[in-house]
Amino acid sequence: MSPSPKPATAPMISVRGARRRYGGFEAVRGVDLEVHRGELVALLGTNGAGKTSLVEMIEGLAPADGGEVRVLGHDPYRERRRVIDRVGVMLQEAGFSSDLTVAETVRMWASTMTSPRPQAEALDAVALTHRADVRVASLSGGERRRLDLALAILGEPEVLFLDEPTTGLDPESRQATWRLVRSLQAAGTTVLLTTHYLDEAEALADRVAIMSGGRIVREGTVADVVAAEPATIELEARDAAGRTVVVDPEDLPPLAGLLDATVDRERVRLRTERLQEDLEAVLAWARRLELRLHHLDARSASLEQAFLALAERTAAGPAPSGTASSDAGTPAAGPNRPEVVA
Amino acid sequence: MSAAPVTPSTASTEAHAGAARRGTASRRPAAFSLRRVAALARAETLLLLRNGTALFNAVAISPLFVLFFSTISGTLGPDADPDVAGPLILQQLAAMSLLFVVYYNLTTTYVARRQELVLKRLLTGECSRPELLAAAAVPALLITAVQLVLGYAAVALLLAPPPLANPVLVVVALVLVTPTLVLLAAATSGVSRTVESAQLTTLPALAVLMVFSGVVAPAGGGGFDDVARFTPMHAVASLFRLGLTGTDADGAALALGETFAQAALPVAVLLAWLGLAWYAARRWMRWEPQR
Repeated sequence: MSPSPKPATAPMISVRGARRRYGGFEAVRGVDLEVHRGELVALLGTNGAGKTSLVEMIEGLAPADGGEVRVLGHDPYRERRRVIDRVGVMLQEAGFSSDLTVAETVRMWASTMTSPRPQAEALDAVALTHRADVRVASLSGGERRRLDLALAILGEPEVLFLDEPTTGLDPESRQATWRLVRSLQAAGTTVLLTTHYLDEAEALADRVAIMSGGRIVREGTVADVVAAEPATIELEARDAAGRTVVVDPEDLPPLAGLLDATVDRERVRLRTERLQEDLEAVLAWARRLELRLHHLDARSASLEQAFLALAERTAAGPAPSGTASSDAGTPAAGPNRPEVVA
Repeated sequence: MSAAPVTPSTASTEAHAGAARRGTASRRPAAFSLRRVAALARAETLLLLRNGTALFNAVAISPLFVLFFSTISGTLGPDADPDVAGPLILQQLAAMSLLFVVYYNLTTTYVARRQELVLKRLLTGECSRPELLAAAAVPALLITAVQLVLGYAAVALLLAPPPLANPVLVVVALVLVTPTLVLLAAATSGVSRTVESAQLTTLPALAVLMVFSGVVAPAGGGGFDDVARFTPMHAVASLFRLGLTGTDADGAALALGETFAQAALPVAVLLAWLGLAWYAARRWMRWEPQR
């Protein structure tokens, strides 16, 4: 586990060795996780990785079959009443009474709460004020999702659980939701976010935890997780007259961090662990040979790339236990024999 | 959306205000709060008022049934004794209303709320399970109460005012049987996959409880009574008879003390059923659709 950013304070969420079983199947197999005040941790994983099973335990909706789960210092399942008015939950799928209006739905939810924020403010935060008198049955999918969010933040929770909060939202609503989540976080709200959108995790998360096979297989900042994955350089070489030059990988200069090089038609793709040095070497090589590099593209790994590589790796063999920093930097595939296609 | 996100400054102030209003972290909020039940019950009432079919079923079915029964069975015929007919009609109205408005209607309500994932959402909030069950029952209980009050008024005006020998027993009957039926509805909802299938799953209990109540069907032989008196709606009918008219099963007048003595068995029967219904609800009630 990476060092916690605020070790001085007690964690808002603390999970140690948590397990959850369904009959003979163990969906969560010993998970450790800490989330500190004001932190936003994104839980990632493929379908069936155990995210929902884990989050349900932390939300207090299901008991842990092993290990220890603490939210705000209490067992969220057995001491539910001690934490329930301090957490907000946005489930992946939850229903509304479709014959109530938006305003009636919010009023009902607020009336059950110990300390709700003003109802108008919650509706305003998710831009549903103009739909207040519309029956929930008439809302679009995205509007329902925003109403979900309005209910989750209505109690001014100290800990907020968001399960796929932007599914079904148009890009503009998504951005607005992100702004709202950021503002809540800036105000000190602790957030545990579950999402399939890796750009969402990249945009919002202080830390990500990637689950696979019921375990957290990697955890850290987006930069940490991504750093373990190689960068890529892509280019197409032309001569001074603009004619395509087919590059054989053997022709390339020595590259310090090169993992493999592939050529697809005229496009060369290099995977490297030392992006800056190798890019410099490639540029110097091109200048020396008076090549023009078309569609030059050099970039660090994305979270998506890291995630897919990790999913592939953990699906292939038994999931490593705990965090997987030991296998950082191991390429997913062996060195490919470069091939030239004219 | 042109959202106006909570600005950090406002949100921050309010987060602190919220924490302050909540008080210290060690305080434990009550497990059952009438305020929360009232909040949910208000929404449930709105939903019932907006659902024409459900509203008609809840409000009109039992009085119409009772009128129909009374007419074809001769309870309201030209030779009828108003002192006998009045209490019988109230017994029938209580049985019908409790079974259809409370038991049947609530079973479908619980199934509907579960299937549309409303119960699942509500469980993520501050409400406890008993609060959710109680809140959904409030409109049904109100309708039953109003039906009985109006029924009593109608009987008193059109036939003869029942003597009300021991009204406490009427109240005791209602106080014991309503939670029993609410819990049975919760249990039945758990074995009903859809609102439609609830029409079938409620049939056994409806049929058995109605037949053995002894107020809508002519009583059978001695064996029938031996079984019937251990069923809840029969117990309710007995307590209504004792409370409204102060007579025993054969129509002989009883002193006040004797009505209490005769109430012992039906009260015990209702308590036993309350326990059974509680167990059944815990055993079979489901809060989420089966995956």
